[in-house]
Amino acid sequence: MPATAEIDNKNVKKQPSNNRFMKTVKSVIKNKLSAIGLVILVFIVLAAIFAPVITSYGPNEQDLGNTHLGIGSEGHFLGTDNYGRDMWSRIVHGASISLLVGISSVGIGLIGGIVLGLLAGYYRKLDGIIMRIVDLLFAFPGILLAMLVIAMLGTSLINVVIAISIWSIPGCARIVRGSVLSIKEQEYIMAMKSIGASDVRILFKHILPNCTAPLIVYGTMRMATTILSTSALSYLGLGAQPPTPEWGAMIAAGQNFMWQAPHLAIIPGIAIMLTVFAFNVVGDGLRDALDPNMDLNT
Amino acid sequence: MIGLITRRFFQLLLLLLGISFLVFMSMHFAPGDPATIIGGPNATSEDLEAIRKDMGLDRPVLVQYFDYLGGILQGDFGYSYQTGQAVTEAIITRFPTTVKLAASSTIVAVIIGVIAGIISARKQNSWIDVTSTTFALAGVSIPNFWLGAMLILVFAVNLQILPVGGLNAPFYTLAGLKELILPSITLGTASAALIARMTRSSMLEVVRSDYIRTAKAKGVRKRPLIWIHALKNAMIPVVTVIGINFGTLLGGTIITEQVFAINGVGRLMIDAIAARDFPVVQGTVLLVAAVFVVVNLIVDIVYALIDPRISY
Repeated sequence: MPATAEIDNKNVKKQPSNNRFMKTVKSVIKNKLSAIGLVILVFIVLAAIFAPVITSYGPNEQDLGNTHLGIGSEGHFLGTDNYGRDMWSRIVHGASISLLVGISSVGIGLIGGIVLGLLAGYYRKLDGIIMRIVDLLFAFPGILLAMLVIAMLGTSLINVVIAISIWSIPGCARIVRGSVLSIKEQEYIMAMKSIGASDVRILFKHILPNCTAPLIVYGTMRMATTILSTSALSYLGLGAQPPTPEWGAMIAAGQNFMWQAPHLAIIPGIAIMLTVFAFNVVGDGLRDALDPNMDLNT
Repeated sequence: MIGLITRRFFQLLLLLLGISFLVFMSMHFAPGDPATIIGGPNATSEDLEAIRKDMGLDRPVLVQYFDYLGGILQGDFGYSYQTGQAVTEAIITRFPTTVKLAASSTIVAVIIGVIAGIISARKQNSWIDVTSTTFALAGVSIPNFWLGAMLILVFAVNLQILPVGGLNAPFYTLAGLKELILPSITLGTASAALIARMTRSSMLEVVRSDYIRTAKAKGVRKRPLIWIHALKNAMIPVVTVIGINFGTLLGGTIITEQVFAINGVGRLMIDAIAARDFPVVQGTVLLVAAVFVVVNLIVDIVYALIDPRISY
């Protein structure tokens, strides 16, 4: 067994991850607002996963004999839209789309940001150039950067994922770089270097795990921003295209029938608001639990 | 201070150069041949070749970029593929509307945010504080395009007391003010929420500081203590948030303009993206990004001016 691995196993007593997870959850639940947010999130995630089971109609199943049914109608408790499509089904399937877009774009953004942040923080020579690129990306209001990418690639939900991923990179890179700069000077990193551990090993095994707390908080908060931005881009016609049951696109379509059927625009808006609210308050709770001094203004 | 301004000014120039390069290259490598867009589906290959030559698209990309940059310095952002109108002219006609919207939203956000933040801090943990904090949280969670649609539904469609959209009358007239109300609330709500949160936490921090305790001990009454002694220092971080938010609001106008059918730069940009009108996209994106970084620079300088503890 190599020397570095021996040190890892013998001297570093790891806290059981389950225990740490439960502690964090308990701490989040202590805050009433975060607890409410967590409940809402669990409900939304379950609804998104079991969407085909808990709905009686397909999200795009039309029934032209039953258009514009109001809330509480028989068989359609959230009513139907102008094509007679069941609103409950479209909302629930919309949840899976929003969560999927959110998770994938935040995930890609985090991976990009982590790699850039680790490289910038660890290698002085790369720091200047990487951080200037990050500064350049920060020079655009987020939604504008996303629009630039969509203008380049064309309008589609996949391109929204790419656009929002790129938008997520600079914030994450700054957080990781900041953590790396403080961690890399610590004695245990010097010790790892002195026994010949490779840079990749030091970066991914010893430095990155110490950045996880701010990254979890950043990722949760980013989910809120991502869901808001995805719906905004779809509302503008730059993201999901009809008949995809995406919440923002549903509001845009529903806005044309505000007089006859206001619920078509109201319900998807409430769905977005609840989801974003839940991610925001859970993010706040996580920050208090994991990293109270964290500055998210990056 | 002069050193800071000079240094930041040169950094700004470099940043603007970087932005122009990024935007130009993004549009240059976007799929879709500009010659085909201009020539239409019936254009022959000779026609397309002639258009490319005429527009200088057959030259190396870097030459095209520097040519574009030279044009920008002379106020020439090129011509729209769709209408043939000069991009500069299209922007100049619409930019004042966008600024009007961003400025009025900032005013709404500052008034609501600062007052709510101060009251919240003064009545910490009371029902007013809880309500204000919850509203602040809801404010950052509401999609502004949806809020706009709901405001239209209530005030324009049902009550019929405010116009559905447009921003055409001068702002100093009653009609102009009426037109501004709904879009400003739509755009300003999220910022108001942020400003309220920042004001609250900043006030709470300041009222616990030593100099406030000394002022209290000297017998300063509660009202001047809060509104004169505490507020002055508590506003320092708030000013930064307000400044940075102005830039963000400029980005937000893109969506609000669409909701209220306002003919501003944002709407111009969205129409151009949909039509793949690259010169207009380039011009509008560059403009908004440039204003954003310039505003951020001004905020930095103002921050350093109002807080003598800050040094760069």
